[in-house]
Amino acid sequence: MSDALIIILVGFLVAVNSGITGAFMVLRKLSMIGDAISHAVLPGIIIAYMISGHRENFFFLLGAAFMGVFVTLMIDWFNKKGKLPTDASIGLSFTFLFAVGIILISAFTDQVDIDADCVLYGEISLVPFHTYTIFGVEIGTKALWDNLFILGLILAFVGFMYRPLFISSFNEEYGQSVGVPIRSIRLSLMILVSLTTVFAFESVGAILVVAFLVIPPATALLVSQRLPHMLAITTMLALFSSVGGFFLADSIDGSIAGSMSFVAGIMFVGVILGKKFYARFARKRFSPHQL
Amino acid sequence: MTPAIDIHNLTASYERKPVLWEIDCQFPQGKLIGIVGPNGSGKTTLLKNIMGLMKPDSGYIRIFGEKLDKVRHRVSYVPQRETVDWDFPADVMDVVLMGRYNPKKLFGRISREDKDIAIEALSRVNMLEFANRHISQLSGGQQQRVFIARSLAQKADLYLMDEPFVGVDAASEDAILNLLTEMKNNGKTVVIVHHDLQTAYEYFDHIALLNTRLVASGAAEEVFTSDLLQEAYGGRLTVLSRIGELIAKKDFPIREKGQEEN
Repeated sequence: MSDALIIILVGFLVAVNSGITGAFMVLRKLSMIGDAISHAVLPGIIIAYMISGHRENFFFLLGAAFMGVFVTLMIDWFNKKGKLPTDASIGLSFTFLFAVGIILISAFTDQVDIDADCVLYGEISLVPFHTYTIFGVEIGTKALWDNLFILGLILAFVGFMYRPLFISSFNEEYGQSVGVPIRSIRLSLMILVSLTTVFAFESVGAILVVAFLVIPPATALLVSQRLPHMLAITTMLALFSSVGGFFLADSIDGSIAGSMSFVAGIMFVGVILGKKFYARFARKRFSPHQL
Repeated sequence: MTPAIDIHNLTASYERKPVLWEIDCQFPQGKLIGIVGPNGSGKTTLLKNIMGLMKPDSGYIRIFGEKLDKVRHRVSYVPQRETVDWDFPADVMDVVLMGRYNPKKLFGRISREDKDIAIEALSRVNMLEFANRHISQLSGGQQQRVFIARSLAQKADLYLMDEPFVGVDAASEDAILNLLTEMKNNGKTVVIVHHDLQTAYEYFDHIALLNTRLVASGAAEEVFTSDLLQEAYGGRLTVLSRIGELIAKKDFPIREKGQEEN
């Protein structure tokens, strides 16, 4: 596989993983919680790294999942017990945890071979150089396998839990009234967002992963009548932004991850304008929502 | 016959402010029951406690003589229409099929039978032609009818509805009321949170008059006396003037029950 193809594929996988989990966060009005989780997993990763001493995935996953859940509990706690508004609780919690992560990175640089730039912006162009080797045989790019693994987890969860997930995203109280285990569903979703962002770190970084958590699902929501459409359109947008972003970056010799997010943003603007334009000519036929 | 709902000494609060105070009452089976009271009197809170969506501070509730978890499949909850985002990517059929969710069925797949039941429920509320419409394209009354269809699809024995007549056009209101009466005639119990005193008397067989405390609970004609209404609505003259014919025009002390307890 050529490096270009690997980079595009990794970008696509990151965008799909973030897009599908992000779709449920958008529908539940929890986009900013997704943002918070994506940043708060940082100290978890560093601590996991310091304990295990190497970049072994299992500890990364554990650390990230733990921190992802921890930050949502923290937000909830500030909100309910501290009587802080939700947005303030979110802003406070995740910046604090992210700062802890940055301090850990900078203070223990000699023990931790992760640098702050990489955490913030990712380095997707270096992704093809890290490969997995089993019994001396190279089996392919690490980031590719990692993100495929997460995609498998997400698809399994969404596939098997589709209805409870759908019902509780529409209305948690109603879900609870018909016996949907809303707490486990919400917890699983938070854990999946955490895991998604851990592997997105390496390639697109903590800041740009937020773009993939929010922009493709939000764009898809504008033109979707039903949830399966929204998920399918999100996947398509992920593909367009990874391919388009790669070639844009290539032509201007700029940041690949940045270009991918940029293309996603442009598509959002395009869709919203297209929708307005279309609505003017064919009222209500194209879009389910009034503008 | 065991009461449909049996509430024992229920006290519930938000942030330590009591919203319900020592509620003790029973709702009979097979009746149209209204929970009536002024704004902030705890009507919705009572419904949430019955439905187990909120933990009471003390007291307990039995439904058909059992704990909720044992009889959950026999109870259906219709939340207020405003509590959901109607731009959610779902069509009418998707929403009605939610009523067929069964936690015991592995992965909750939708069967042919579920679809037939949903179609039947939609036709009972006269919404079948809208089955494939996006939910944001419905009027308020139609949205409410979709919620009721979803509830019907649960095939429950007890229905708890939170303000089903709010923001609903007159035609939908009539349709809903006819349906509720039909359900009652089929032996179902329907409990409705309702804030409009004028219509409450016509609609319900049994009324629970609430204002943090339970003011009265019983047959509509027993509860709708001027004394009891004054106790529940005391001092709220705008409300009282609207039901003038039911209230003797005499002076009474201005007080609000809800605030005394705080």
